[in-house]
Amino acid sequence: MSHLLEMKNVVIEGLSGRRWQPIVKGVDLHLNRGEVLGLIGESGAGKSTLGLASMAYTRGGCRIASGSIVFDGKDLTKASRSELRNIRGVRIAYVAQSAAASFNPAHTLLKQCVEVPVQHGLMSYQEAAEKAVDTYRRLLLPDPENIGYRYPHQVSGGQLQRAMVAMAMACQPDIIVFDEPTTALDVTTQIEVLTAIKEITRQFRTAAIYISHDLAVVAQLADRIMVLRDGELVEEGETRQMLANPQEEYTRALLSVRKTRRPSNAHALKDDVLLEVRGVSASYGQGVEVLQDINVKVKRKTTVAVVGESGSGKSTLARVVTGLLPPLKGTIVFDGEELPADLKARDRESLRRLQMIYQMPDTALNPRQKLRTVLGRPLEFYFGMKGKEQEDRIIELLDMVELPPEYIDRYPTELSGGEKQRVCIARALAAQPDLVICDEVTSALDPLVAEGVLELLQKLQDRFGMSYLFITHDLATVKAIADEIVVMWQGRIVEQGVKEEVLTPPHHEYTELLLSSVPEMDPDWLDNLLARRARKRARRRPDGGPGRPMRQPAPAASYNR
Amino acid sequence: MAFWNLVRRSPWSARIGLAIIALNVFAAIFAPLIAPYGETEIVGDVWAPKSADHLLGTDQLGRDLLTRLIYGARNTIALAFVTTALSFLVGSLCGFFAATLGGWVDMLLSRIMDIIMAFPTLIFALMVLSVVGTSIPAMIVVIALLDSTRVFRLSRAVAMDIEVMEFVEAARLRGEGIWWIMRHEILPNAMPPLVAEFGLRFCFVFLFVASLSFLGLGIQPPTADWGSMVRENAGAITFGIFIPLWPAAAIALLTVGVNLVVDWFLHMASGLKE
Repeated sequence: MSHLLEMKNVVIEGLSGRRWQPIVKGVDLHLNRGEVLGLIGESGAGKSTLGLASMAYTRGGCRIASGSIVFDGKDLTKASRSELRNIRGVRIAYVAQSAAASFNPAHTLLKQCVEVPVQHGLMSYQEAAEKAVDTYRRLLLPDPENIGYRYPHQVSGGQLQRAMVAMAMACQPDIIVFDEPTTALDVTTQIEVLTAIKEITRQFRTAAIYISHDLAVVAQLADRIMVLRDGELVEEGETRQMLANPQEEYTRALLSVRKTRRPSNAHALKDDVLLEVRGVSASYGQGVEVLQDINVKVKRKTTVAVVGESGSGKSTLARVVTGLLPPLKGTIVFDGEELPADLKARDRESLRRLQMIYQMPDTALNPRQKLRTVLGRPLEFYFGMKGKEQEDRIIELLDMVELPPEYIDRYPTELSGGEKQRVCIARALAAQPDLVICDEVTSALDPLVAEGVLELLQKLQDRFGMSYLFITHDLATVKAIADEIVVMWQGRIVEQGVKEEVLTPPHHEYTELLLSSVPEMDPDWLDNLLARRARKRARRRPDGGPGRPMRQPAPAASYNR
Repeated sequence: MAFWNLVRRSPWSARIGLAIIALNVFAAIFAPLIAPYGETEIVGDVWAPKSADHLLGTDQLGRDLLTRLIYGARNTIALAFVTTALSFLVGSLCGFFAATLGGWVDMLLSRIMDIIMAFPTLIFALMVLSVVGTSIPAMIVVIALLDSTRVFRLSRAVAMDIEVMEFVEAARLRGEGIWWIMRHEILPNAMPPLVAEFGLRFCFVFLFVASLSFLGLGIQPPTADWGSMVRENAGAITFGIFIPLWPAAAIALLTVGVNLVVDWFLHMASGLKE
């Protein structure tokens, strides 16, 4: 039997400077009707490039150098523009990572959804609209008849991502390429989107290429997985087989990445409080309170992890502690002394003792400063270090974060994502802080790199004994690094305590939801979870009323306004 | 040396631009040495056609046109450069302050700039210059002030984009003062658009000086400048003599040259390939 899509020895090159560098180095890929293929790899592995190449499309500055891409008996590399136009979007569709960036904010969802079939003259507007509503219903979007008349900003992130799946389904394509469709979403929302994708590909027997860096997510959907690294195929196999018995070292590393754990630090039990947040409420402008009566204690030499979905107020808490956002009520007590609410009123010494590390190392480092300045400035600013003394200390700092001394004269753009984050850590270390606020420090990094950064943070804590206030939405990270956990939901703390206690049942309802939503390396995990939740709902609500009591109908409210 | 390497890798359009600028700057600096006659020296007939003695002919008073053009480069370019520099100093400083401090400072500065911008620039310049009298310093200050509103708008917008970046927040958390943040965090990142704008503004300034001179409020005779030269000789056109086209061409050429270089710079700064 011939395959629906067959890519042979595909080489894709990208222009770097004035030379063409290979991004995908001769990969074979085939896909049968109704099959879901997972593409796994870290950033730069060439998985998105390969996924787009299935439509014989490349991003700007790239080209398909050699190889064949045969779709339904036709070689797309030799196809004309108009032939390609009739295939792209119609027979092979693409779902991008960021739905928010992919929708035009000036048009309603429905209008954008019917555009492709109407443009290609496949359906009338009426037919396409009816079909879109049908797809919305199948994707379990709320109020399918009317949701299409909303604008992209009027629905939630998960709903928007599903609307994008609906858009891809508009022409009933043979293949959909999903490019990290859930990476930007919260774990609880991720489940909605995964369920929707799984259902719809099953119902229409649509073949799909699912691209992700998260093996656990791919395992839920894919029949077969290809592991890519540096543009080359590492391993290919049936999902279950690969998870049970990975052949390559690299695949094993990807599989084991979530397994680091450490027990709670003994200091967590002592009553040696460094930072205390007392009854803090805060808001931006005159709006709703994004934080309501927050009480958190961070003990010396411990890590307190603040977990929650986006919008739970965890980053706002960090802003209040640092003084960037003075609270409406409540106080911040640091080492027994009350800190002024406003950053400007704090003295240099208390600023020094409280450092922050950001989520995006790209924006947290000035692209026009060499590491010499990045690390040298806090040394000069807080300790008046200059010249040779400063340089020695910078090299020492680089060594602490496991970077070579010759990096001192590099610019941040010359470093990889993980290295940049290490520089941010070194910058915080330069101030010799007592407390470091880590705001989603590993979220923007690849799993293996993130693992390295977490290990480094733990090592540094053991060595210098600072405390971490660790803000994250990733429960795997929490399990790995936290001594105590604070679970936040909609500006309130719903549960807090020592890690072992919070992670052992019985949980608060929301903690339970969060914990159960973290994908596991088990292909049946999603099905089992959904079945379990359905049973629970049926037990609790015999009337079959709406589940998910935790969600607010915020998008609907904004729609009615 | 680094500059030379850059030039070697530059596209031909940028090289032409650089050559034009170099030629103009050379003429401006060495005017007394290369000009065949004196700046205000009357050497022949009125509107004499080009000849071996007068390569481009003579102007409405019988002065050598080539000499006038060379001296004109000196006056025009120097004036434009000083004015642009001044407008950038004022404009970007205010813009950075507005963006970094925000609040009422931003409000006040922005509204002042809005008021100045509300006047048509030429009318405003004419008004002020008629009141305080025409002098070169007065003209520089007036044009720089008018131009600084545009620079303010740009630098404020650019600085606001940079200001929300986390590395600026990190500097604030460290306890850095506003000067340090402006000087070390914002300025280096705002440089590419500002330099590009400098090139464009520079052209606008000498066009503006030319139009002021054309109206009789710019550089006063007998000082040579390109704008006045166009105006004084404009009448020649009706006799089919194209003497005024030479200074006009000089203005156009320098404008094109500067813009070619600016395009190249923008291209490099944006990181676009080809």
